[in-house]
Amino acid sequence: MAKGYSIFSLARHALRPSEPWPEAWAKPEPKSNYDAIIIGGGGHGLATAYYLAKNHGMRNIAVLEKSYIGSGNVGRNTTLIRSNYMMGGNTAFFEFSLKLWEGLSHDLNFNAMVSQRGQVVLAVSPVQVDVFARRGNIMRLNGIDAELLDRGEVMKMLPYLDYSKEARWPVYGAIFQPRAGTVRHDAVAWGYARAASQLGVHIIENCEVTAILRDGDRVTGVETTRGKILSGKVGIAVAGHSSHVAAMAGLRLPVESHILQAFVSEPIKPIVHHVVSWGAELFYLSQSDKGGLVFGGHIDGFNTYTQRGQFARQQTVMECVSSLMPFAARLRLLRSWGGIQDMTPDGSPFICRTPIRGLYLNGGWCYQGFKATPASGYTYAHTIANDNEHELNRCFSLDRFEKGKELDEFGIGNWTYKQ
Amino acid sequence: MRIKCPHCGERDWSEFRYGGDATKQRPQHGTGDLKAWHDYYFLFDNPKGPHTEYWQHVLGCRQWFKLARNTATNEATGGGE
Repeated sequence: MAKGYSIFSLARHALRPSEPWPEAWAKPEPKSNYDAIIIGGGGHGLATAYYLAKNHGMRNIAVLEKSYIGSGNVGRNTTLIRSNYMMGGNTAFFEFSLKLWEGLSHDLNFNAMVSQRGQVVLAVSPVQVDVFARRGNIMRLNGIDAELLDRGEVMKMLPYLDYSKEARWPVYGAIFQPRAGTVRHDAVAWGYARAASQLGVHIIENCEVTAILRDGDRVTGVETTRGKILSGKVGIAVAGHSSHVAAMAGLRLPVESHILQAFVSEPIKPIVHHVVSWGAELFYLSQSDKGGLVFGGHIDGFNTYTQRGQFARQQTVMECVSSLMPFAARLRLLRSWGGIQDMTPDGSPFICRTPIRGLYLNGGWCYQGFKATPASGYTYAHTIANDNEHELNRCFSLDRFEKGKELDEFGIGNWTYKQ
Repeated sequence: MRIKCPHCGERDWSEFRYGGDATKQRPQHGTGDLKAWHDYYFLFDNPKGPHTEYWQHVLGCRQWFKLARNTATNEATGGGE
């Protein structure tokens, strides 16, 4: 297994090409018993295992992944990180996540290519400028960086937008978070997997959980395609399949699974130097290091587990690109793909205990799972190790709808069709 | 995805609007049990497989109808009243 990556190990392997790089993480056979099991080897599951080992000293743990590492949403998102949140509970959580991103490459000894290029959210009406000013003030009161830009400043920063009189959505200003940016998402999965493996975590791929075993109201383990594995602590971190896995334990969740598409254009020379989001329609775009424009929009709008997007949604998103950046209308689309989101009624996630003792839930991430990865793993590990919530994820409980404590950050959750 | 409207025939998905699980039973009017309302409003079976759901043919006859669809494949077996 690979130990430390450094300039010296790079030089050594460059000089000795016959000596292949060792595998980044070990591929052990599953044991029959672990202190904790994480279902789902995505970003959140791997981060949870890493922080369980690093912060809580639990080394006898396993991550069970039904496919291969990086096959799910951790490799399907548009790689954005930001913390421009407004609701109490979300602000502190996502800012903590952004701080973890800032030190992640050093922490994991794996270059996650964290690029804090800044995010510009464009306002398309005077009212929206006021709304963004309010958001910025709340962010700054919470110690998060935010700047309000007027039209002239936006024109200097993003000269390629449509500022003509004919622009369908004229730019009135923007809110700017300089510390937001992008991360290489594959490196996040691989980095967490490698770091967790080095701490003794078993990462078991091609191992699908088929049943959750219970003794009364206590969880005792899981049944998998590679045999029965026992554990008194089982954590679910399976994104779009949250309802599917929770149903194995007899739980019904406030979650509906929807598809979100992402797109990459052919590569072009560097032109978009920030993450650009839009106030007219849910739309976000950045330019990758390879030069492709990476962008996405809304969910398709109906529940599905297929990772195939619908054409009509693609058309809407392309209209966003060409309306905002007319130069992009002549670009060819290189690839598009879909990921399954677990949408919640208030647009906020769950990191919590469940009514079944020893069973924990991490899910309901809607559009925002990737940027939350480090803080999600950190607080979920705390919740699993201590059988109690961390102060940062206390708001993300499963019973918040019963108590009237929704976190309506996005407001419409899975009910896009009710608008 | 193609959806068969019981009134207009098969059309593209983009003509329709999704309306959620059609098997949920709304609690009786006047029910005071908040748990029943919570479960009705906030919880979803969200199955990976057969699902009966409401759709509206927004850009057609504007009728609401029930559709049986497999959420694992998007195969819709046709709408009914």
